[in-house]
Amino acid sequence: MSVRRLADASVQPASFAFSAENAIWAQHTINKYPEGRQQSAVIPLLMRAQEQDGWVTKATIEYVADMLDMPYIRVLEVATFYTQFQIKPVGTRAHIQVCGTTPCMLRGSEALMDVCRSKIHPEQGQPNEAGTMSWEEVECQGACVNAPMVIIFKDAYEDLTPERLAEIIDEFEAGNGASVPTGPQNGRVFAAPATGLTSLTDETAVLKSTRDQAAAAAKTSD
Amino acid sequence: MAKIKVDGKEIEVPDHYTLLQAAEQAGAEVPRFCFHERLSIAGNCRMCLVEVKGGPPKPAASCAMGVRDLRPGPNGEAPEIFTNTPMVKKAREGVMEFLLINHPLDCPICDQGGECDLQDQAMAFGVDASRYSENKRAVEDKYIGPLVKTIMTRCIHCTRCVRFTTEVAGISELGLIGRGEDAEITTYLEQAMTSELQGNVIDLCPVGALTSKPYAFQARPWELTKTESIDVMDAVGSAIRVDTRGREVMRILPRINEAVNEEWISDKTRFIWDGLRSQRLDRPYIRRDGRLQPASWAEAFAAVKDAVAKTSGDKIGAIAGDLATVEEMYALKGLMASLGSANIDCRQDGAALDPSAGRSTYIFNPTIDGIEDADAVLIIGSNPRFEASVLNTRIRKRWRAGNLPIAVIGDVGDLRYDYEQLGAGTETLSQLADGALQFHSVLKNAQRPLIIVGQGALARTDGAAILSLAAKLAADVGAVSDEWNGFAVLHTAAARVGGLDLGFVPGEGGRDASAMMGALDVLFLLGADEFNMNMIGSAFTVYIGSHGDAGAHRADVILPGATYTEKSGTFVNTEGRVQMAHRAGFAPGEAKEDWAILRAMSEVLGAKLPFNSLPQLRDQLYAEHPHFAGIDEIAAGNAADVSALASKQGTMTKAPFASPVSDFYLTNPIARASAVMAEASALAKGGFKQAAE
Repeated sequence: MSVRRLADASVQPASFAFSAENAIWAQHTINKYPEGRQQSAVIPLLMRAQEQDGWVTKATIEYVADMLDMPYIRVLEVATFYTQFQIKPVGTRAHIQVCGTTPCMLRGSEALMDVCRSKIHPEQGQPNEAGTMSWEEVECQGACVNAPMVIIFKDAYEDLTPERLAEIIDEFEAGNGASVPTGPQNGRVFAAPATGLTSLTDETAVLKSTRDQAAAAAKTSD
Repeated sequence: MAKIKVDGKEIEVPDHYTLLQAAEQAGAEVPRFCFHERLSIAGNCRMCLVEVKGGPPKPAASCAMGVRDLRPGPNGEAPEIFTNTPMVKKAREGVMEFLLINHPLDCPICDQGGECDLQDQAMAFGVDASRYSENKRAVEDKYIGPLVKTIMTRCIHCTRCVRFTTEVAGISELGLIGRGEDAEITTYLEQAMTSELQGNVIDLCPVGALTSKPYAFQARPWELTKTESIDVMDAVGSAIRVDTRGREVMRILPRINEAVNEEWISDKTRFIWDGLRSQRLDRPYIRRDGRLQPASWAEAFAAVKDAVAKTSGDKIGAIAGDLATVEEMYALKGLMASLGSANIDCRQDGAALDPSAGRSTYIFNPTIDGIEDADAVLIIGSNPRFEASVLNTRIRKRWRAGNLPIAVIGDVGDLRYDYEQLGAGTETLSQLADGALQFHSVLKNAQRPLIIVGQGALARTDGAAILSLAAKLAADVGAVSDEWNGFAVLHTAAARVGGLDLGFVPGEGGRDASAMMGALDVLFLLGADEFNMNMIGSAFTVYIGSHGDAGAHRADVILPGATYTEKSGTFVNTEGRVQMAHRAGFAPGEAKEDWAILRAMSEVLGAKLPFNSLPQLRDQLYAEHPHFAGIDEIAAGNAADVSALASKQGTMTKAPFASPVSDFYLTNPIARASAVMAEASALAKGGFKQAAE
C-alpha cells in the first residue's frame, strides 16, 4: 500500500453523472437510510460510480458529495481509505486484480504477475499504452482453494497457469472477455478436487435419493 | 454521581465523566494527545492508557471509557483504576515508542520546540532510546492557507484539527485521507482554509505539524515575555496572551476564559501582530503648507492650542474610535468638558444607542455564556460570524446541542449553522413584531428566547426606531424578565460599551458624530478612522492614534498614541464585562500612552486635567463610575429599561440590514496595516468571487 492521491488533473474528466438507471438506484439506496443520515450511502454510491466509469474521478467525488450533502473532504477521505476504490484510471476493457496473498503466492501468483508485467505494464496500477488493460496485486479474494486466481470486474478466474492467464488477457484485450468462462480454468468443477474424488466416491453410500431409487428399482424388478 | 477509586483514592464524579476526567479530578496526571475537552472523543492516540481493576488483562484508553462503563467489584465496591502501575508505565512507553517511530528528530528547527506536547510527554513517559532502525516515513507538506504552516512529517494523526474545524468552526475543511501509515491530514485538494477560526488548529496541534506561518522561525517560547491581556479586534473581549521579545510583539495566543472565549480566538485576533509594527505613528506631525511634517510634542501642542484659542467651546468636538480604552475616553471627556464643549461621541458609525435609556438597552444582557441557556435565537441585522467570530461558536455550540430554532433578519450568508431567513430588513421585523410570522410563536413558546440586535440594524438613521421595535418584540415574547433578559445588543467595537458606560455621548445641546461633520472648527479624533473623513469639512483635526490610517491622513496635527498592547487600559465587552488589558511593550519612537497625551495637552490648553498618573485617573474614574472597578464582572442592566424602550416608536426606512463588517480581516487601523491580514483578505475575496460564479 502506498500514498493514494487523486489522479493527475490532465486525466480527470470534466464531469460525472449517474446514468438514468443508476440514478434511480442511487436514490433508492439513499432512501434506505433515515432522514439526515444520507451520508451512509457514500460507499455504495462511490462503488456504483466506479462500476459505471471504471474508476472514481474527482468529478465523481464532488458529484456524490453534492448528492449526499457532504463536504468534499469527507468523501475524499472515504475514497482514499478503501483501496477497493480505484482513484487512478484503469484499463477500459479489463482491470486484472491478481491475488498475492499466501495461498495464491504458494501456488504461483508471482508467475501470474510476471505475465501481467510483460503483457500489460511493468508497473501495477498503470494502464498499457492503449489504455485498455491494467493490473494490480490485491489481498485475499477468498478463493484460496482454487489458487492462484485473478479477479476481473466481478468475476473470478481460478486455477490459473501463466499460459492460461496470457490467453485470458489476450481475449479481454480483443474485446472478447465475455466469452471466457469464469471460475476454474483447468476443468474442475468449482472447488471439487482437481484429480477427481478421493473420498465419498460411492454415490449410494452418500445420497439417500440414490439409495431410494435403487430400492424402488429392485422392488419393481421383483 | 458515580464513585470510583483512582490509584487507591476514592472520589465521586458525575456519571458522564470519562476515566481520564475522573483521574484528573483525583489529581492523577494522564498523558494524552488526541483527547481535548472541547472536542469529540477520538481515542486514536492511545497515550491515555490506564489499568482497570477486574477489567480485561490489557490497558484501557481512559479518554474513551466512561465511569459508568465500569462494573463495581463483587461486593459492590467502587470500580478501581490505576495510572501508576508497571502495566501503565509499560503501555505508555510502548505507545510513545510507536509515536516516535515516524516522528522526525527535528526539534531544533521546529517551531513547536519548547512548547510541544510530544516533546514533554516523551520526556515524562517515554524511553530514552529507539529500537527502530528502518527509514522514517516522510510526508509531503500541504498548502492549507496563508495562516497555517504545515510540516506534515511531524503529524501523529491525533485528528484534533479535523475535529475542531468540523465541530467548532463548523466547516469541514480538514480531513484525514488515506489510511494506516499513509494517512495524511489535508484540505480538499490543498485548497486554503476559509474559516475565520482556523488559527486555533495551531494551538490544538500537539506537535509541530501545524504551526503559525507568520510566526515561523521568529522566536522561541522561552525567550518571550508573556503578558495577559484583552483583545480589541471585536467587542467580544477575548482573553489573550501577548508574547513579546524586547519591544516587539511576536505573537498573540488565547487564554482560557470560560465566560467569554472558552479557549478560541479569531484569526484577526491571532495574526494581527504584524500590523502593530507597520504604519506606526512614532512622532508628532503638523500639517504645514498642506503637507504633514514631523514636529516636536511642544510644537504639536502649540498648534492645537492656537486652533482651540481661535474658537469657542461649542465649535470644538471629539470623536472616540473603536479601540479606545475607558481611561483615555474619560480623560478626553474631562478635557472637552473643561473646554466648554458638549460635542462628544463614541459612536462614529452613528449607532442609535443612548446610555441614558439604561445599561440593559446597549449590552448583550444574556451574556455570552448565557447563549448556551437560550432555546430560540433571533438575529436582527447582524452577522455574528464576522462581527464576533468567537461568540458565533457559542451559538453554534448551543445549536449542536439540539433543539435551537434560529432565525435571521438580514442577508448574512453562511453562519456555520442552519437558520431560517425571515427577510432582509425592517418590513420583516415589523411583521414579526406584529406576530404575522410563524417565528413569533416560536419565540413566544421559548422559555429563554435570545434576540440579538446587531450594528447593521442600529447604525442607520432609523436605528432608534429599529432598536425600540426589537425591544418591543423582546418584551412581547417574554424575553425580558428578571430571571432571563434575552435582549442582546451585539457590538463590533471594543471601545463602544465602555464609551457608552462613560457617557461619551453628546451632552446637553451637544452635537453627535454626524452633526459634527462640517459644523466645527476643531475636531479631536481619538483613534477614530471608520467614517468618511471628507465629511469633516474645514475643521482643524487633531488625530490621536497609533496608525497612519484614514484619520491621520486627514489630520492637521497628529499626536502619536499607543496600541492596545502598549498601554494599560480598561475595555468593556459587548456583555458589559469590564476587563483590563495590560501593557506588553512600549510604543515606538516618541509615541505615548493616550491618556498621558491628553493630560499633557490639557495643561497646554489651560484646562489641566486633575490627575497626574494612571492610578489617580482610575481613582477618579471609579469614584464617578463605580462599576469600572469590578474587573471581570458585569454590572447587570435593569430589565425594565428594555421594556421602557419598547414604548418609543419611530418611522423606519425600507433599506435592508447590512453588516458593518464587510471585510472581516480589515476592520480597524491595526488590521489594515497588517500584511498577513491583507493576504487573508485578498484570498477571502477571491474565494467569495468563486462562490458567486
